Amino acid sequence: MIRLQNVTKLYPTQSRPALSDVSVEIDKGEFVFLVGQSGSGKSTFLRLILKEERATSGQVHVAGKDLARLSSWKVPALRRQVGTVFQDFRLLNNKTVQENVAFALEVIGRPRHQIAKVVPEVLDLVGLKGKENRKPDELSGGEQQRVAIARAFVNRPMILIADEPTGNLDPTTSVGIMRLLDRINRTGTTVVMATHDDDIVDQMRKRVIELDGGKVVRDQSRGVYGYSH
Amino acid sequence: MRARFLLSEITIGLRRNMTMTVAMVITTAVSLGFLGTAILFNQQVGVMKTYWYDKVEVSVFLCGQDSSQPSCAAGEVTQAQRDEIRSDLDALPQVEKIYYESKNQAYKRFKEQFKNSAIVDNVSPDQMPESYRVKLVNPEQFPIIASAFAGRPGIDEVQDQRALLERLFEVLKWVQWFAFCLALLMVVVSTILIVNTIRVSAFSRRRETGIMRLVGASSFSIQLPFLLEGAISGFVGALLASGSFVLIKGVLVDRVLAPNFPISQFITWGDVWLSGGVVFLVGITLAAVASFFALLKYLRV
Repeated sequence: MIRLQNVTKLYPTQSRPALSDVSVEIDKGEFVFLVGQSGSGKSTFLRLILKEERATSGQVHVAGKDLARLSSWKVPALRRQVGTVFQDFRLLNNKTVQENVAFALEVIGRPRHQIAKVVPEVLDLVGLKGKENRKPDELSGGEQQRVAIARAFVNRPMILIADEPTGNLDPTTSVGIMRLLDRINRTGTTVVMATHDDDIVDQMRKRVIELDGGKVVRDQSRGVYGYSH
Repeated sequence: MRARFLLSEITIGLRRNMTMTVAMVITTAVSLGFLGTAILFNQQVGVMKTYWYDKVEVSVFLCGQDSSQPSCAAGEVTQAQRDEIRSDLDALPQVEKIYYESKNQAYKRFKEQFKNSAIVDNVSPDQMPESYRVKLVNPEQFPIIASAFAGRPGIDEVQDQRALLERLFEVLKWVQWFAFCLALLMVVVSTILIVNTIRVSAFSRRRETGIMRLVGASSFSIQLPFLLEGAISGFVGALLASGSFVLIKGVLVDRVLAPNFPISQFITWGDVWLSGGVVFLVGITLAAVASFFALLKYLRV
């Protein structure tokens, strides 16, 4: 599903590469934690998968496509197959919960009747039934992240990328979010989650890829957060 | 992207920057108005040129009793000279028509022109010059006539009425250039303003566009609302400008100028449609170019 082969990413203004000779393969339906300190290359890893950045050298394959050869007008099609969730939720505060989720489908031109059908379904899945008409600022942090997840998942992507999704949430709320991501993973969606949250990683016992200084220093199935933090 | 959704996004965009939008529309309207008025002015000068140049004649004044030119040293023009000049003028291919104006006719015309002035009482028909009024096929060929006839015995002076008009049109030419430069400057100003408005609009909606990118909206559907915002302001601006041309023609020209200045012709509705068309074309091109650069710079997808 996601394959990085000898990928190096060097930003023009920096002398040290953000990623250096990274080779990782993630299969369909896997749940992968991406751990490492700030600046270890986690964000670059995720940005490469979304083709927000191009690899300086090496190959990045996502959903069977070689991203280096993917022409820019096909990038939107790629992003429709990759849902994304962030630490800061990135919701539109002037739209209701329902409108926020529907927005993702409207802008890619889905027909109205389809939107009317799938939006309530996905809101039910993430546990926001009854809060469809609230605005984001009337919701708790955990609920806002659920809206963001619903928006990322409403188009049934093959891959879900989560960049520190629990970074702004308290431990109890975080557990709820992790259950939700686990549930989404069980539908066959590949989940890649960058995190600093050691408790969560230790509890979930999923594959862990640790980056340090742009290199993969550990790739462990059913791993824990790490030994030193 | 569906039309209704697109429409609501555009409305949100325009309303969120209401003041900028209004400024953008007004500046576009004013600059396009300038441009169109400059075009109308240009057309008007063209109309006057054709109308007046068509009327101008070369006057070949014949020697009278008071003429002081060396060619009139022999005194008043003789019948032989008169006939000879006439037939030589007739022989020239550049000449279209010749009228002879006698002293009495000249006196009558003079009286008509100065009928409210006491000067008429001091002039007798004898003092008026007789002349040939020569109409040329092409008024610009005056020098040929002048060189052939000026200084010839019996001829007092060869006068080109066009020389008088040319001084006027020389001044008008400068006015035209000034108007066009001003219009051009205004067009540049409104282009900059459109670029800036779209920049502000893109900035205030960076969250929306970020999410659109993220969920895989095409570049086209992300940029279209901004492009249309620019296009709408260009269109409304052109509409307002064209409205002002209709007013210029319908009120200023037809009601005020035309009845009071029967000595000239004025621009037609065809000229109004022409400048309206140009203004629409320029307005939409201007908006498109401005939006294109704004998006290139501030809305990379």
